[in-house]
Amino acid sequence: MTSLEGEGTAVRLRPPNNRLDERAVRWWRTQSLIVTAGGTAVLAVPGLLIAPARGWLLAAAAVVAVLGLAEAAVFPGWRFRVHRWEITDQAVYVRTGAFQQQWRIAPMSRIQTVDTRRGPLERAFGLATVTVTTASSKGEIEIEGLDHELAARLAERLTLITQATPGDAT
Amino acid sequence: MSTPPPAGDPGGEWRRLDRKALLVTGAVTASVLAGLCLPVLLGISGGAWFGEGPRRGTALTLLLAGAALLILLAVYGEHLTWCRTRYRIGPERVELHSGVVLVTQRSLARERIRSVDLTANPLLRILDLVKVRIGTGEQSGGKESTLELNPVSRAEGERLRAELLARAARPESRSHRDGVLASVDPSWIRYAPLSFVAPALGGAAAGAVMQASDWFGVQGEVIGWVADRFENTSVAAMIAVLALAALVAGVVGSLGLWAEMWWNHRLEREPGGTLRVRRGLLTARSVSVEERRLRGVELVEPLGVRLAGAARLDAVATGIGHDDGDAHADLKVLLPPAPRAVTSATAAQVLREPVTPTDAPLTPHPRAARTRRLRWALLSALVPLAVLTVLGLLLTPVLLTIAAGYAAAALPAAVLLALDAYRALGHAVSGGYLVTRSGTVRRATVALQRGGVIGWVIEQSVFQRRAGVLTLTATTAAGAGAYSVYDADDREGLVFAVEAVPGLLTPFLEPVPERDITS
Repeated sequence: MTSLEGEGTAVRLRPPNNRLDERAVRWWRTQSLIVTAGGTAVLAVPGLLIAPARGWLLAAAAVVAVLGLAEAAVFPGWRFRVHRWEITDQAVYVRTGAFQQQWRIAPMSRIQTVDTRRGPLERAFGLATVTVTTASSKGEIEIEGLDHELAARLAERLTLITQATPGDAT
Repeated sequence: MSTPPPAGDPGGEWRRLDRKALLVTGAVTASVLAGLCLPVLLGISGGAWFGEGPRRGTALTLLLAGAALLILLAVYGEHLTWCRTRYRIGPERVELHSGVVLVTQRSLARERIRSVDLTANPLLRILDLVKVRIGTGEQSGGKESTLELNPVSRAEGERLRAELLARAARPESRSHRDGVLASVDPSWIRYAPLSFVAPALGGAAAGAVMQASDWFGVQGEVIGWVADRFENTSVAAMIAVLALAALVAGVVGSLGLWAEMWWNHRLEREPGGTLRVRRGLLTARSVSVEERRLRGVELVEPLGVRLAGAARLDAVATGIGHDDGDAHADLKVLLPPAPRAVTSATAAQVLREPVTPTDAPLTPHPRAARTRRLRWALLSALVPLAVLTVLGLLLTPVLLTIAAGYAAAALPAAVLLALDAYRALGHAVSGGYLVTRSGTVRRATVALQRGGVIGWVIEQSVFQRRAGVLTLTATTAAGAGAYSVYDADDREGLVFAVEAVPGLLTPFLEPVPERDITS
């Protein structure tokens, strides 16, 4: 901080160094398309079967479909531009979000567990999520949309660093 | 299970729970049965006690015999449990073996034990017994990290507490004494009706009357009786009187609740660095917080209590149990609502500081935070107003009158609350503590040890970025898990975070380019 603080310079958070895997955009888009299709179907199918309520149900289905498609068009790309991660020897640093951005920082000495997770859809895209937890119930850090091999290597590296760092993590 | 437990283990002998457990079970079963049998008895005797006829006599005898049998069975079951439950305080581990069908053997490492809490309900108190909960303060383990000895004699409970929490006394800071740090003043009961419990209890009382009368099928009569009382008065007067009655019931209830929870309250520091809270009128409780796991304090001022110039003190500590079955056992409260000066002095004593960091001068937040609060408050007040107006225009002009009344009351209230919420905002680094304050209905000032911060979460929405503010959240293993500084100036907030926890944030900061500052 000394170099920045001395001159009274204003500071801001810099973006973490690494982007996610580009497949993350398609993964997010597929996810939101599936949810949209599900929501639309739940409204549209009864709409086609139940004649008296047809107008209302189909209108609602159309609204859900339009909102879902708009979300699938806009947000995955926006999120990809925002989501970044970085792991130094001292800390894990992640930026997430779209409309509401979030920066999360956890020092290595406080990390308790490192997990990798691959859902069926993530597996289809060759992606994985790394989850880092600390002793705080609200201090969890997730890095999603990583290439699965990279995720495995990261988890291994994090585990090694945290084991080598002393402290009881509280 | 008849084999004696392995003997000759150094330092620990197997002990049993108190024999009077049988008496407790018998008494509890008897009272439950009494509650169940009374309606049956009434039914049998047809409302008239011990009426004519041999059949009634037989029925009564059967009922009483059945009840006696059930009580005997329960006591026998408890006897079996008692026979198979034993515990041992070894040099390194505390062990508990229990279970009749499913035998469980659990043990806790003594060095991990963080709390030994004693609770005694009125029945246990009469019998001079206590329930002991031994906890390691690990939240992840859930139930596994707590041993419960129910019941042991009071003397044994105190002995266990003293033995398990005994640590080498700290030589430092003689200035802050051991012994009683604070004890309750009965006049503090005046703050009890100011909390939100009072109106809730009033409503609950009215609801209970309705529910109970419904069970006996006389709800209509109760309503009719109430209506008769107000035969000659207007509807408005009736509503006012009923609301007053509910309020009085609520106030009485909250006073009773306060007395039950806080009577005989004492906050003590014991040699070896343990804070102990003892309290309770009927159910006596003893809660211990080891100072090693204390990460700070939280000064809580609910609106009514704050207007009366009072505040409550909570501990921010790791591993305070939330899973206690007792509804009223708020384990983290160190001091009930008390005059502000007393709370501050107690906070200083608890933290071993000359002056409590919760009273430190705080950095106010930028005006953008005020604008945002005003906007939220007005928007949330305007939505019901808009709904009322639209419905009024479409349906009936009565709704328009209601909407006007609502606007006259809600809009000024919203503005006042928003301004108050803005005034509450503040943050500072005070000595070894990070201090943040927020809230209007529940204003809370947290002083968190800077060493207890185990990470940062920084949030900024698009609106916040435009207004030049951000929300900083310090994560911690203690208390609520995270404490936030809402809508701090985006430059000053980051400098504050760096100052509070040096080194953690520094590598991820960069100077702002000149053109961004001017823009």
